[in-house]
Amino acid sequence: MSILEMRGITKEFPGVKALDNVNFKVKKGEIHALCGENGAGKSTLMKVLSGVHPHGTYDGKILINDKEQNFQTIRDSENAGVTIIYQELALVKDMTIAENIFLGNEPTSNGFIDWETMFYEANKWLKKVGLSIESNLKVSNLGIGQQQLIEIAKALSKNCEIIIMDEPTAALAEEEVEILINILHQLREDGITVIYISHKLKEVMRISDSVTILRDGQTIGTKGIDEIDESGIISMMVGRELKDLFPYENNKIDEVILKLDGYSFFEHKSKKPVTDDVSLTLHKGEVLGIGGLMGAGRTELATSLFGGYEGKAEGSVYIDGEKYEVKGPKEAIDKGLAYVSEDRKRYGLVLGMDVAKNTTMASLGQISSLSFINQEREIWETEKYNKKMRVKTPSLETKVVTLSGGNQQKVVLSKWLMSGPKILILDEPTRGIDVGAKQEIYKLINELTAQGVGIIMISSELPELLGMSDRVLVMADRKIMGELSKEEANQEAILKLATGGENIEESH
Amino acid sequence: MKNRISFKLDVRAYTLIIALIMIFVVFTILTNGDFISSRNITNLSRQMTVIGILAVGMTLIIVAGHIDLSVGSLLGLTGGIAAILQVWYGWSTFPVIIVTILAGILLGLWQGWWVAYKGVPAFIVTLGGMMIFRGILLGISGGQTVAPMNESFRVIGQAYIPYVIGYLLTAVLIVFAFIMVARKRKRRQKLDLALSPVSFDYGTVIVFSVLITLFVYMLNRYHGIPVPLLILLVIAGIFIFVSKNTTFGRHIYAIGGNPEAAKLSGINIKRNILSVFVIMGALSAVAGMVLTSRLNAGTVSAGQMYELDAIAAVVIGGTSLMGGVGTIVGSILGALIMASIDNGMSMMNVPPFWQYIVKGMILILAVWLDISSKKKTAS
Ligand SMILES: Nc1ncnc2c1ncn2[C@@H]1O[C@H](COP(=O)(O)OP(=O)(O)OP(=O)(O)O)[C@@H](O)[C@H]1O
Ligand SMILES: [Mg+2]
Repeated sequence: MSILEMRGITKEFPGVKALDNVNFKVKKGEIHALCGENGAGKSTLMKVLSGVHPHGTYDGKILINDKEQNFQTIRDSENAGVTIIYQELALVKDMTIAENIFLGNEPTSNGFIDWETMFYEANKWLKKVGLSIESNLKVSNLGIGQQQLIEIAKALSKNCEIIIMDEPTAALAEEEVEILINILHQLREDGITVIYISHKLKEVMRISDSVTILRDGQTIGTKGIDEIDESGIISMMVGRELKDLFPYENNKIDEVILKLDGYSFFEHKSKKPVTDDVSLTLHKGEVLGIGGLMGAGRTELATSLFGGYEGKAEGSVYIDGEKYEVKGPKEAIDKGLAYVSEDRKRYGLVLGMDVAKNTTMASLGQISSLSFINQEREIWETEKYNKKMRVKTPSLETKVVTLSGGNQQKVVLSKWLMSGPKILILDEPTRGIDVGAKQEIYKLINELTAQGVGIIMISSELPELLGMSDRVLVMADRKIMGELSKEEANQEAILKLATGGENIEESH
Repeated sequence: MKNRISFKLDVRAYTLIIALIMIFVVFTILTNGDFISSRNITNLSRQMTVIGILAVGMTLIIVAGHIDLSVGSLLGLTGGIAAILQVWYGWSTFPVIIVTILAGILLGLWQGWWVAYKGVPAFIVTLGGMMIFRGILLGISGGQTVAPMNESFRVIGQAYIPYVIGYLLTAVLIVFAFIMVARKRKRRQKLDLALSPVSFDYGTVIVFSVLITLFVYMLNRYHGIPVPLLILLVIAGIFIFVSKNTTFGRHIYAIGGNPEAAKLSGINIKRNILSVFVIMGALSAVAGMVLTSRLNAGTVSAGQMYELDAIAAVVIGGTSLMGGVGTIVGSILGALIMASIDNGMSMMNVPPFWQYIVKGMILILAVWLDISSKKKTAS
């Protein structure tokens, strides 16, 4: 009955036992969710299954259709019908969509690449994942959500039996999630087995047939979806009850700290602004949510304000009543701005550096005098923020590349907390973060607002946006479409404003 | 939470040292002990200085994610400028040194400006520089060898430190090392941070002291510590400190590791890249003067292909061409390995063509070893 069985899997890294005698059984043709806190070992288990960690580097057995498998490479696992879509996207940015989908599997005739077939086939797979774009576009032109869908198309094109998705919806907007859910159901009908890792428990409850929970590298249990509910999963994940996911406190709103008046930003010589005529105010101690669809220009607003683009700003910006000129990140930090980007690997972390160096990167001034770094001080400060954020790491000298996704996010947050911001811009702050850690981040938001920090929270997760914001602005097509008070804000109102502007490129 | 700091050995540095010891043993056996004679040790340490100085700057450049192909020409040109100023214009040594270093800085500024502010890839800018600087050298020298240098200038590349001062410097260095370790331990204790065992900390210093004393003794049995070696050590010391303990050093590593994240952390990429090229220019000038002094002449072909030796030394030393990773200690060891192979094979009268082949093989092997050891620890 079970298509896949993993028995007694133990996997150790220097300093961490990532998996400790894990048992994992999946039935044929089901959608099986894998849940657990950050660092519980979900990704590691799937990397063992897909041959990323080859046979011999772990203990235990993998059985597919009751046959023992010893994968040495990813190729081996693909030949056995297992395909994995990683938590971190792995597309070649400068190649076309079609080339990416068939990378390593290029259709050929007489030994030469058959481009026509390739584009034709690629278009077919694109349609299957609900993308109506041409497959000869370069991947670098696509947003992160579309790239995710390309990854799925790529996996589908390999005609696999078991497809593993590591947090496929973390970067997707609501309507893209719908597409994905449809795709998953379709796959189930075709008899394909899906293993699905996600921190979004509502989704898990909705899509999956059964769920396995890991905690600290151990299997806590497997349940049919009708035997358990959301809070049941949570308590199995964290080992305790978790109440009140959105600990919103009616923030005491103080004087204005940030004011934008007709703010537009033009990159280099381009005529089209990356943000267009934006006006907004942010008060001390307030959480201002910004909602909108993928590509609405929310990230661009934040990045441009933070000085991340080169170009020219129009309109005026005031911080604490003082005029602020967009120059560069250095100046922005000096003025008390901090920006937690949505793409932590690309913009948040130097992956090859250790936890301590990443944490202090934006605040080296604090731990050095005359530009000489006080290394002891550095470790001491990092230790402080690590404890506060509960980063799970073997040591402060561990490279962040080896941390689990959620813990990497916590390091990025530590980095910006350390810079002591007056205005904190959070761009998808809980992407890929487990429920426990999410709640910690929300509590942190409360703590900061209590200290008078103004927070702008960009989020595609509506429950979070509604749960934590004092006011919500909705953006579309680089403009502000409207503002909703706490009372007015609800799912429909936001979506209406978000789609009320011009038509968004994708249709489905 | 005392054990949060892992107790860490620098595996790569130790592999390099082991490789070096093996090379020493092999050549010592093959040359019946001549290889580790005082005289040859002295020669060897003089031979490695020019590439060593270049390798220090090259490490910073490569760690920052760039490359400098012009250092050979830059070195030739600055060395030539020094010779011309002294021989043709009769300048005395001190102003020559100052002006030559300034010339190096200026040329570094030129290249750094193109790379940092105009966005032209360093590979192209310095490939251009390689031709331009050699061209300028050919032009200003008219293709002639410019010689001879003053007695005082020859000190830079040829003189030796008197025995007594040599031992004195060694003693100072050893005392300094002990003080540093003690201070570090005290500060960590105060902040309640994890400490490596006392025996390990002081053990390393003791081993280091014994080795350095032995080395100086060997040199002193011949003529003493060569001045150029001292120059290299001082430069290396300064930049090891800079790379580890200053914000500038940290910025370089961050930029090489992930320029976008570095930029959004408020690091000024352009200025830092410019600085790196300026440092490279200044160090090339120093290396140029050492070479001119040693040859007692400025020649048109001085420093040809040195850029490749410097890059090879850096890469053998474990610096990644992708940027973000690397140490100056490693690069110095890399330079020493390259020089040892040159020197040992010359002593054995191996024809030059073999020397090239062997050095090339070593380069590939070293990087392969590095990569495969990294793979092992990763999975
Ligand atoms: N290559 C590696 N080297 C060292 N440690 C690793 C490596 N890969 C994972 N780990 C460690 O193994 C543990 C499990 O990590 P894993 O990525 O499987 O967690 P996860 O459950 O996927 O978490 P998340 O939800 O945050 O993605 C973590 O403590 C992590 O630091
Ligand atoms: Mg994971």
